[in-house]
Amino acid sequence: MTDTRRSQALHAGVILLLIALFFVLPAYHVGNLARILVLAVYAMGYNLLFGYTGLLSLGHALFFAAGMYGLGMTMQFFDLDPATAFGSGLIAALVVSAVVGFLALRTSGVAFMIVTLMFAQAGYLTILYFGEYTRGDEGFVIQQAERVFAGFDLTGPTERYVAALLLFSVCFSLIAYIVQSPFGRSLVAIRENEERAKMLGYDVVRHKLKAVIISGVMSGAAGAGYALLFGYAGATFATVQYSILPLLWVLLGGAGVTIGPLIGTAFMFYLIDYSSSITTAYMLVAGVVLVLLTLFAPQGLAGEIRKRALPWLP
Amino acid sequence: MAAVTILSTTGLTKSYGGVVANNDIDFTLPAGQIMALIGPNGAGKSTFVGMLCGRISATAGKVYFDGEDVSHLPAHKRISLGIAYTFQITSIFAGLSIHENVALAVRRRLGNASAQVEEKVAEVLERVGLSDRAQQRAGDLSYGHQRILEIAMGLAQEPRLFILDEPTQGLAETEIEEFIALVKSLAGEATILLIEHNMDVVMKTADYITVFNFGEILAEGTPMEIRDNEAVQAAYLGTAQDA
Amino acid sequence: MDFGPHFLIASLEGAITAAILALTAMGLSIVFGVMRVVNVAHGEFYMLGAVIAWWVAHLIGIHPALGFVAALLLAPLLVGVLAAAADKLILQKIGYDPDRTIVGTIGLLYIIQQSTLMTFGPDARPVQPPFNTRLSIPWFEFGDNGFEIIWPWGLGTTSYKLFVIFAAIVILTGLWAVMTRTKIGLIMRATQQDNEMARAFGVPVERVYAWVFGLGAALAAAGAVLVVPIQQAHYLMGGDPLLLSFIVVIIGGLGSLPGTVIAAIFIGMSDGIISVFFSPTLAKIIATLVVAMVLVFRPQGLLGKANP
Repeated sequence: MTDTRRSQALHAGVILLLIALFFVLPAYHVGNLARILVLAVYAMGYNLLFGYTGLLSLGHALFFAAGMYGLGMTMQFFDLDPATAFGSGLIAALVVSAVVGFLALRTSGVAFMIVTLMFAQAGYLTILYFGEYTRGDEGFVIQQAERVFAGFDLTGPTERYVAALLLFSVCFSLIAYIVQSPFGRSLVAIRENEERAKMLGYDVVRHKLKAVIISGVMSGAAGAGYALLFGYAGATFATVQYSILPLLWVLLGGAGVTIGPLIGTAFMFYLIDYSSSITTAYMLVAGVVLVLLTLFAPQGLAGEIRKRALPWLP
Repeated sequence: MAAVTILSTTGLTKSYGGVVANNDIDFTLPAGQIMALIGPNGAGKSTFVGMLCGRISATAGKVYFDGEDVSHLPAHKRISLGIAYTFQITSIFAGLSIHENVALAVRRRLGNASAQVEEKVAEVLERVGLSDRAQQRAGDLSYGHQRILEIAMGLAQEPRLFILDEPTQGLAETEIEEFIALVKSLAGEATILLIEHNMDVVMKTADYITVFNFGEILAEGTPMEIRDNEAVQAAYLGTAQDA
Repeated sequence: MDFGPHFLIASLEGAITAAILALTAMGLSIVFGVMRVVNVAHGEFYMLGAVIAWWVAHLIGIHPALGFVAALLLAPLLVGVLAAAADKLILQKIGYDPDRTIVGTIGLLYIIQQSTLMTFGPDARPVQPPFNTRLSIPWFEFGDNGFEIIWPWGLGTTSYKLFVIFAAIVILTGLWAVMTRTKIGLIMRATQQDNEMARAFGVPVERVYAWVFGLGAALAAAGAVLVVPIQQAHYLMGGDPLLLSFIVVIIGGLGSLPGTVIAAIFIGMSDGIISVFFSPTLAKIIATLVVAMVLVFRPQGLLGKANP
């Protein structure tokens, strides 16, 4: 089998497995899995920029929140139907990521991290500032009656799982396609050696900007999907913590591997789920995991698998 | 001269906070020639070629490639016009396979046509003798092979002008011989601008030599003329003798 | 109150913010300057300083002044030792790689913050100031009787607040003397300029890094000890100082110590003044965006020198 075939089989296999899990797992875990799938979309968006392009952003919560509020606000104030509102969430994320990318890409390294952090912080504060409309930290609920799309009530567990799986599958396939395309390979080239890539004639700045925008829109899709499927939008999702979580998921699962984000998100979700049943200080687990990963497994779970067993993993 | 000029500069100057690295350089390179740039360390050769391909921004002056003023184009645009460049300090994609290194150089031109890309990559690897290592990680290659890989990445771009910054530095004797053969085989395909300290390589490959000293052109001529030039001898004897 | 007295109050509050900020940001700046790494857990060292101050003051508890003095000595020391240990156990192991250091210190941030939540709890707890005499400030006006001095109601401060400003100046002056006048300072500056060269001359670079990381954290802790009698100790109090310190270090020019002090005064004063007259959220939005723009368009900082 060629590497391309193998990779197609892998990605199709993952999606089939997720369909099968719906019939096998008890209802509680199906609900969790729907949430994990939406968050994994966020992590996949993050992975494209961090894992494949080598740009470490500390401000992705801004894109997630742009999608979330792009959908939530338009449903709340303009009574848009879910599909159109989802579209407006994507557009909001597109605009925000284009602006942030255009400005932040003038910097690199540590400055890039801090600039993205600052923009996200400004975004978070803006949501608080317009608390009259956004309801600030408290957030607002999107009513069940509004979350009906083409006759499907997205609050039902089956519909919700189907919708989450659909969003995940589209993004998962898209990422698999992108990273194996010439464009995706040149992103990897930029990550490996930016100067060499430039001196091979690649327009490094434009490539990076495209990567920020695709990554931002995918994060926005996750934000919009989250608000739609779980019926809530709040400023918590725009905090620094929500910028750090996708970094954590990707590092844990394996940066620069297509299946890394899903593995990392699922693993971390259950780790936190379990530890929050023991203590309120459940983020302690996240901290310990981050430190251990930095020290011992900078490649993450899927990264280690690729290194040891399956070198063809895209 | 009847030959077409592929690259020229007028008044090209670079100064770093008052220190002039290149001063008012007028330079012409006829198409099809193998030209060597020589000169003592710190004479401004690398700065000069850096300004030609756009890595270093010029303080003043113009660069013309193929008759067009490219002075305001960023590096990647100049490269895509048909210039290839190899770094003085080897610069490859160490974490990627050798095949992928060369493929990246090919794909920028050929894009999505994967069959053509594969064909070209195979051809280039064959030419430089790295075919049997195609799937190895580039960073695991020996130093000499890494240099050859970088040259292969240059060839893969099918450049009209190939700029090589000290390509034989750190190569073993036999590898240098192979390099000389490779450069000679390129005659007719591409114009070559070669920064080189190894005078043996220069004398065996170059049609024409330009000598830099203190950021200016000291002398120009055929290898014979340069060998007999007293100013050049003085510049070399007075400074670096490691050449 | 009229504008004048109101402005004077705002300036005084601003000066206190500036003093604390100068200490905290100086810690971040020294670490960045010498080690070239960004310590995201810096705000947690600040928080830890405040929490330890509460513990110490609480345990001694004989007289507020005694507890406070003990806290001022012990908290920076303990936090410094802890930071140096973290440097040895984490940062040194990853070779101070900039990206991995950020990720590692984010982990450290959560570990410190959440461990504090588990032990200290979610409540905010006050520390008694060692002395707290109320001082009224006179104002003047031209009334019917010509020029006269008045004592407007509400215009005043406390002796402790003035002490905070004074203490910050003393600590910073001491630091400056150490950096410029002693052998330790010389070694630090040599390591900052070229760690390879310093190593070649026999400077134990690893040990210097551990000391610098500890010193940076201790400065933050010292700032926090000074602040707890005014604000209360709380496990989430590290966020704002971290952000403000970032802002100060960036505006002042990464790693420039005089720039850091000037920027701290500027940011602290304007933060105090702006938040009296405007919505603090809006002020923060503007400040954050300004800093981002400074980094984008003038990465050497407003006060730093441009590279040739």
